Amino acid sequence: MLLEIKDLYVAIDGKNILKGLNLSINKGEVHAIMGPNGSGKSTLAKVLAGHPSYEVVKGEILYEGKDLLELDPDERAREGVFMAFQYPVEVPGVSNAQFLRLAYNEKMKHIGEEELDPLEFNDLLKEKAKIVGMEPEFFKRSVNEGFSGGEKKRNEILQMAVLDPKLALLDETDSGLDIDALRVVAEGVNTLKSQENGIVLVTHYQRLLNYIVPDFVHVLAGGKIVKEGGKELAIELEEKGYDWVRAAAQ
Amino acid sequence: MSMSAGKETVFNAAFEKSIAGSEQPGWLIEIRRKAFGSFVEAGLPTVRNEEWKYTNVSPISAASWQVLTAEDAGPVSGDFDLTKGIFEEIEGGNRIVFVGGIFREDLSRMPEGVSASQFSEAYDDEKFRSKFSTIVDTELNGFTALNTAFSGEGIFLRAGKDTKVDQAINLVFIGVVGSAGFPRVLYIGETGSEAEIVEHYLRAEESEYLTNAVVEISLADEARLSHTRVQRESHSAYHVVTSQAELGRGSVYDNTNIHLGSKLSRHDLGMGFNAEGGEGWIDGLYLVDDEQHTDTHSRIDHRIPNCVSHQTYKGILDGKSRAVFNGKVFVHEKARGTDAYQSNKNLLLSNDARVDTKPQLEIFNDDVKCAHGATVGQLEEEELFYLLSRGLPEDLARNLLTYGFAEEVIEKIKVPSIKKALDEAVLSRLHSRLDTAE
Ligand SMILES: Nc1ncnc2c1ncn2[C@@H]1O[C@H](COP(=O)(O)OP(=O)(O)OP(=O)(O)O)[C@@H](O)[C@H]1O
Ligand SMILES: [Mg+2]
Repeated sequence: MLLEIKDLYVAIDGKNILKGLNLSINKGEVHAIMGPNGSGKSTLAKVLAGHPSYEVVKGEILYEGKDLLELDPDERAREGVFMAFQYPVEVPGVSNAQFLRLAYNEKMKHIGEEELDPLEFNDLLKEKAKIVGMEPEFFKRSVNEGFSGGEKKRNEILQMAVLDPKLALLDETDSGLDIDALRVVAEGVNTLKSQENGIVLVTHYQRLLNYIVPDFVHVLAGGKIVKEGGKELAIELEEKGYDWVRAAAQ
Repeated sequence: MSMSAGKETVFNAAFEKSIAGSEQPGWLIEIRRKAFGSFVEAGLPTVRNEEWKYTNVSPISAASWQVLTAEDAGPVSGDFDLTKGIFEEIEGGNRIVFVGGIFREDLSRMPEGVSASQFSEAYDDEKFRSKFSTIVDTELNGFTALNTAFSGEGIFLRAGKDTKVDQAINLVFIGVVGSAGFPRVLYIGETGSEAEIVEHYLRAEESEYLTNAVVEISLADEARLSHTRVQRESHSAYHVVTSQAELGRGSVYDNTNIHLGSKLSRHDLGMGFNAEGGEGWIDGLYLVDDEQHTDTHSRIDHRIPNCVSHQTYKGILDGKSRAVFNGKVFVHEKARGTDAYQSNKNLLLSNDARVDTKPQLEIFNDDVKCAHGATVGQLEEEELFYLLSRGLPEDLARNLLTYGFAEEVIEKIKVPSIKKALDEAVLSRLHSRLDTAE
């Protein structure tokens, strides 16, 4: 099993957000997590990525059978955990290409493979950029600085393409993308999907799931998973909203 | 603000000695005597002076400095060998070297394409006479007065009409243990000329000395000058430098100031416009650690319409270091169409570091475009997490963010050796990974 979350309780600034969440993900699976605003979807993604503001009050997270909470955020990343941010961060003065090469080489070093010099890396970057339909002019620019909302989301998936994670958590990558960009990015994710990785899509819209078909759909409400199903659950949610799920869960 | 008798004697004796045997013209002796008089009267500034409130130079006042003269400034004691290493990284094949404030022909390789002479060769030059000691106010403070008092010699650079000086002109300043050096430079860029000056303040060894330099710059119409100052003095040294530029019609002055070294550094810089259409970029980066203290006081005067001044200063402070930034921009009543921008941003890498910043913009005309601001902050936690979440180890991530903070100023530096020194200072370990990056 790739990821196993058991009875997870998470708080931020003393406020309990996740309250007894369970979730299991195997390699080769795509999971969608849906749920009302403020239900804790991003909290879950950030806890998995190791954001220091969140306190794990109780529970266990096993990643490839090992305690994920023992690892620092950068160690998790090098071990293959990747979160595409709902709100990607701007890093002024640091070029996309520099940043990505450093990240890529840290990972290569970690898994004992060869690091790339700037020229070699540039070739790799060009290849990966095609996957998400990104122009090379973005390589030289500062990370996300002045990028449009949609460009930032594409840039997240470019990073995923470069870092080739085992567990990819895509937090509302679809929001902010125009219709064509959504298709391109979704196809990109499908290209990156394999039997060796697991993908978690956090989304509000069924539309994304037409492109990236999930094996499982989970509804997160009130700090835990209240309903699970196949891809047809997303369609049902789109029609009926969340109230019936919440009511049934009570 | 009087000086204690001991030090007065030190400078007095040195001053009288330098005047006594001198064959300098009367007008120059007069300027020097007057300057020394105003130094004796004012003394070196104290913290009671508003402009020196945060920068205490009493250790400079208290020390008994030796003042070198051309006669006793021959090859310096065996402590360091000037021919070894130190000049290796000065590019471009030329260097104008001052040791202990004294120009050293034996160590210099004079630049081509520009007239470079010692003051003594230029005493009769009308251009020299008309500008010398008219750009920097001798009475600005005790340091400018003292420098002028000892400024019988120095280097006079002149880029001729419509000439483009291909090589960057390197000015190299090296301190001598226990001495106070008073290097002085006058640059005149004639109409339509174009040149680049790089001032290197280097340390030959870790020792205590004072560099008290004055650099005067005069740009005629349509002249262009790129002026980079890189201060890498000994961490036990004092560095007090005043520079001032006057800009002619349509001239462009691009000035970048990097402060990495010295125990205490103070830079007073100024810019003024003589005619419309002048543009000045004055940028800086100070990077201090331990107990270092750095102070930049700038003053930009817009008295003439339609001129541009842009000032971006960034500071990175670690350890118990301290930085002072005071930037005055005055837009006078007649200066319509002024475009003035000033910003000072500081990054504190330690809780014990401290910044006192005061950008000051005073505008007496409505038809202008002006903005200013200052910030003091720490690394952004969300930016740090973003980098960590991509697998960068924490120290690398912090270095990269620090580099990103300074990048705006660093990217202006084109001289490879300086770029390298900066990279090493900003991100010692990141350097090797980035040096060939785009
Ligand atoms: N520092 C904080 N202090 C208190 N509450 C917080 C803090 N940060 C986040 N929260 C709360 O945590 C809850 C969960 O937030 P989270 O971002 O995980 O929701 P989400 O499910 O991703 O919502 P959305 O669909 O709008 O993205 C929200 O109610 C939010 O207001
Ligand atoms: Mg969210």
